[in-house]
Amino acid sequence: MSERGTSLLSIEGLTKRFAGLTAVDDIGIEVAEHEFLGIVGPNGAGKTTLFSLIAGEQRPTEGRIVFDGTDITGWPADRVAKAGLVRTFQLMRPFESMNVLENVMIATHQHTPAPHAARHKALDVIERVQLGRYATAMPASLPTAALKRLELARALALDPQVILLDEVLAGLVPAERAPMIELLRTLHGEGLTVMFIEHIMAAVLALSERLLVMHEGAQLALGDPREVTEDPVVVEAYLGEDYA
Amino acid sequence: MKQTETELPRVAADDPRLRDTDLRNSLITLGVLAVVLAVLPLVVNERIESILVLTLIFAIMGVGWNLMSGFGGLFSFGHAAFFGVGAYTNAYLVIEYELSPWIAMIIGAVFAAAIGTFIAFLCLRYKLAGAYFALATFAFAQMFLLLAQNLEFLNKTDGLSLPILGEESFWHMQFRQGNDWYVWIPSGLLVIALGITILYARSRPGRYVQAARDDEVAAASLGINVMRTRLVAVMLSCAVTAIAGAYYAQYYFFVGPEQAFGTHVSVQAIVPAVLGGIGTIWGPLVGALIVGPLAEYIKELLRDPPSYLEFLQGVSGLDVAVYAVLLIVIVLFMRKGIYGTLKDKITERKNQ
Repeated sequence: MSERGTSLLSIEGLTKRFAGLTAVDDIGIEVAEHEFLGIVGPNGAGKTTLFSLIAGEQRPTEGRIVFDGTDITGWPADRVAKAGLVRTFQLMRPFESMNVLENVMIATHQHTPAPHAARHKALDVIERVQLGRYATAMPASLPTAALKRLELARALALDPQVILLDEVLAGLVPAERAPMIELLRTLHGEGLTVMFIEHIMAAVLALSERLLVMHEGAQLALGDPREVTEDPVVVEAYLGEDYA
Repeated sequence: MKQTETELPRVAADDPRLRDTDLRNSLITLGVLAVVLAVLPLVVNERIESILVLTLIFAIMGVGWNLMSGFGGLFSFGHAAFFGVGAYTNAYLVIEYELSPWIAMIIGAVFAAAIGTFIAFLCLRYKLAGAYFALATFAFAQMFLLLAQNLEFLNKTDGLSLPILGEESFWHMQFRQGNDWYVWIPSGLLVIALGITILYARSRPGRYVQAARDDEVAAASLGINVMRTRLVAVMLSCAVTAIAGAYYAQYYFFVGPEQAFGTHVSVQAIVPAVLGGIGTIWGPLVGALIVGPLAEYIKELLRDPPSYLEFLQGVSGLDVAVYAVLLIVIVLFMRKGIYGTLKDKITERKNQ
């Protein structure tokens, strides 16, 4: 395993072309172990596609993904997840026929075959993300904030090294955001490496150690969040006048 | 990267939410069912017993179909293939090698599981889903029908008749007509099939396949090998269905291409589960309790119709027509089947 501070996930020249459209265009980043990397960009900038490529749901047209010293380019999603690189989905994808506890068990089962132990571990994670009172509720009956936490709980339950969070704050009212941000901060503090797609700038600035700005699939800027957001190119291309 | 775990307070070991009450309740219900099935042949007459056997065969088929199509979400419209393979393997091995049906039944189940896994692998490999998957399974079942009709060693369209020994033998599964063992054996097989379903549905591979059914992409993102997990469900499903086929051949002392591989057989595997509740443990049994007696009644009606229904004399295929009507009614008014709908109502009330 790599030393703290060295590169845990390295993405080189990652490109995804669909017929006539380059969704992700030559992205190259080194994500250090224990880093919190924010990713912003206007809708359609290719942020979610970038996650899909890293997580193995789609094959990149070009480029390489190296995770913890292993080239994982082209690995199927389940293998990437098992290796310790787990994503969440912007539009929540709970298993509708199962209650919250059973949803999380799907993830804890990965490293814990025995049902009772997997159940116990799942409940621990559920308490951790403060979903305890919903443990036996069905996803269809949950409010958005709880579904977001379920999405997070399932990913955490796999004990990932790197977690890719796709807009876990979207759809939450401001009062619900603060505890979620606190939770993410705690998880990061405990050693989790995070890649974080988010539109809510306050949260991005509060959490990110570095910020990647994407525009039309390409990397527009990468660096210190404050400096990057003040970069005139970024302000013009993405943030617009209402931010400046 | 597990440094986070030890520091965290763990949920207490006696937390009530850790108890899997569903599993316990299901196993208790299964125990009660086993007792009822054990006593039933002692108290009913021979005519009811023959209806019961048919019902049990339907139930085992339905339980088998439900494993793959209910829990696994892979809708099969060709389970006749596996029922037939079970029936023919049993008949052939018993006739040619004088094997015990118990052994022949297991060989047939393994054989059907292998064939089913191969078919499902091809379908999934080429990303056939939904209606296309169903059509592919249907095509394979039709292929088996044609094979059975044309293969010399399976006696072509005449089918295979099992030898009657003239003596009672548990090992050879032959008894005097009306012997209660003819009911106890399929009862035992059904209890085993239901036991498999209960344990499977709450085991790791069983949970995985249900997750993949609910959302394939999310399941893969959590480390599930969707293909492998589905093939496990297919394997179990085909094996259980083949057992039903094997007993069918054994009980009626005969199997022909139509009885084994006919389209109506595929329909008969689907109807109990849809009627009772797809993807529920008890659904197929509940459905079979309706379909079995109904099938028997229709058979009788056709053989000897009352005067005002005389035109039905000797008509065939009425049972399938009646199933179709039942399916339409269920799909329109009770999407989740009889047991499934009841179960939802009860859970709803509990949560209020």
